[in-house]
Amino acid sequence: MAEAENIVVATAEKIFADLADPQTINHDKNGGWRLPLWQALSEAGLPLAWVAEELGGAGADLADGFAVVNAAGRFAVAVPLAETLLAGWLLQQGGIAAPEGSMTIAPARPNDRIALGADGTLSGRARGVAFAKAARHVAVVAHGDDGVSIALVAADQLRIEPGLSLANDPSDTVIFDRMAPVAIRSAPAGFDQDNMMLMGGVVRGLQIAGALDRLLEISVTYAGERVAFEKPIGKFQAVQHNLARLAGEAAAANAAATSAADAIARSGAFDDAVFLEAASAKIRCAEAAEKGAAIAHQVHGAIGFTTEHILHRFSLRALAWRDDFGSESHWAVALGRRIAARGADELWPLVASR
Amino acid sequence: MTALRFDPIRLPPECEELRKEVRAFLAEEIAAGTFNPFQPLREDADAREFSRRVGERGWIGMTWPKKYGGHERSFLERYVVTEEMRVANAPVRRFFVADRQSGPILLRYAPEHIKMDILPRICRGELCFAIGMSEPNSGSDLFAAKTRATRTEGGWLINGSKIWTTSAHMADYMIAIFRTSPATKENRRHGLTQFLVNMKSPGIKVNPIGQITGQNEFNEVVFTDAFVPDDHQLGEIDGAWKQATSELAYERSGPERFLETYYVLTELVRAVGPDPDTRGAEGIGRLVAQLHTMRRMSVSVAGMLQAGKEPVVEASIVKDVGTIWEQQLPHRVRDLAAFVEEEAGNRETLENQLNFAIRTAPKLTIQGGTTEVLRGIIARGLGLR
Repeated sequence: MAEAENIVVATAEKIFADLADPQTINHDKNGGWRLPLWQALSEAGLPLAWVAEELGGAGADLADGFAVVNAAGRFAVAVPLAETLLAGWLLQQGGIAAPEGSMTIAPARPNDRIALGADGTLSGRARGVAFAKAARHVAVVAHGDDGVSIALVAADQLRIEPGLSLANDPSDTVIFDRMAPVAIRSAPAGFDQDNMMLMGGVVRGLQIAGALDRLLEISVTYAGERVAFEKPIGKFQAVQHNLARLAGEAAAANAAATSAADAIARSGAFDDAVFLEAASAKIRCAEAAEKGAAIAHQVHGAIGFTTEHILHRFSLRALAWRDDFGSESHWAVALGRRIAARGADELWPLVASR
Repeated sequence: MTALRFDPIRLPPECEELRKEVRAFLAEEIAAGTFNPFQPLREDADAREFSRRVGERGWIGMTWPKKYGGHERSFLERYVVTEEMRVANAPVRRFFVADRQSGPILLRYAPEHIKMDILPRICRGELCFAIGMSEPNSGSDLFAAKTRATRTEGGWLINGSKIWTTSAHMADYMIAIFRTSPATKENRRHGLTQFLVNMKSPGIKVNPIGQITGQNEFNEVVFTDAFVPDDHQLGEIDGAWKQATSELAYERSGPERFLETYYVLTELVRAVGPDPDTRGAEGIGRLVAQLHTMRRMSVSVAGMLQAGKEPVVEASIVKDVGTIWEQQLPHRVRDLAAFVEEEAGNRETLENQLNFAIRTAPKLTIQGGTTEVLRGIIARGLGLR
């Protein structure tokens, strides 16, 4: 997904290149870049790409949306594009029409639960919800006596305690206090909160993979320019080998994330094989973020540690995205339990199932 | 610099049928006592007969033209056979080098009558090949090789020695590089030529070298006026350096580059049982995620090969990441088994396997291109060299 393969991805990349240039954003102290970028994305129908046309969206393929998210990672885009895409996808599962404007999804952590009361109101607390304060609506997975429901709520009806992620992007706590949703529907059979977490995890994986591609690119460029001991530092074998490792981590992250995205796009169901793909993507991308960000910073030296330089836009987001929709530790435990329950002799057949 | 792509390649439906056939075949072989799936890479007494039976199934030279005994199947089908054999710990060493490397080199560079003579025998599982690259004073620095091939009537005389030559003690043929001219000032890689050597010819002595695993897989091979006929020259005289790179993608990206110690992971899952504690579950989850990712990368490279590409950098990444993973795997499994092994029913099997895997581990990042060489290739691909 590293190249624009179709009109949807090409459109997104053009908008990012024109309106989400990392250098420009980094120097813009009052956030004036946000509105034009969001408007351009909205006019192109990208935030609601995963919503069917009859429900108010662009009706794009899952694969296209995944590719857009991967591209957004390459630009470290800090507007709720991925979140609105996910919210639209979630509403689509419930057959709920998507409203205009930006959205986010709750819960964003696997162990948080929003309860649906007998009176039809929602209660509970969701932590780490990206861009909640900025969103107009929140798409919610709720648990009631009759099972899982999908709801749309107006953000201005919610109590939102603002917070910041590792990368200083909004990561808020959202409190539902017996609040009435705008719309609510039963989730389709077999759909549960884990499905949404896996979908969110794959999206974050694709963003991390995109950011790692960019970390590799700017680190290689810098190593070719920066002179020390009378030659570009990229000529030193120690630096070359670190960058080769970074390439390996970026490759692993991209392979894991694009494979999981492809598995979801083709399957629709979240069976054991798709679970393996999606959980592995989040685990491996998060591990790659740790190793890759460390190498990118090492190559850049002190300049990469400054707010002036764009490096942190990619390194800190890659690290921050690990936390959303289940950390690598969460999914590793879940995957390990599933593998153990299936038994030793069923491990290879699962790994080799596609 | 363009980003490295590892597109998601899915195995086509014909691969699933094939996988079932391979599993059924291996189950029969295990039931018949040909090999023990819990004992990795032991060179069983009847591995020779096993090779012939694999050949009868059509699983050697799978991608080669039918006129040479091949089966014109896809790289993805070959991939399935390779990974199933590897995971089952089947004794493949006798035919695997010829299948992976030597056959493709002969296909590309050998004269027609040699191809017609040798390739069908490889496909029937009758021939074992060795690769003559390293010498006592040249390993990773391939182009420092000194063993000479000098002109004689009708061919060449070989003098010198190769070392760390896997399977030389049982090989029928070796594909080796020998010095035919000195290197030039302009090109230090100049002057080496690739040859096919009949290991049964006079003047070749094979001396076994004991390994820290307790095996004797590799050898020293000493050549004293060993004769190689003209038609056994492969490719351009003095130009072996031009031929070396294209095979690397085949050699470096296969499932054998991350599955060599896989068996300890299976036994760990057996040892922790169906309801592991958090530590065991997380450890297994991470290892499986890493394994799955390696396999997706490796299958992706197989897809590139099938599409006729030469993904040398991508293959080097697979080997770099994959061999380090399979090297660390037994140590991670040992960590995770520390608190469960006492009560596990397979404790002895796991302990024996760990003992062998931990002793095997050091070679994994050396054989077939060291980590350092691979990272140099990747750095060149990134435009740094």
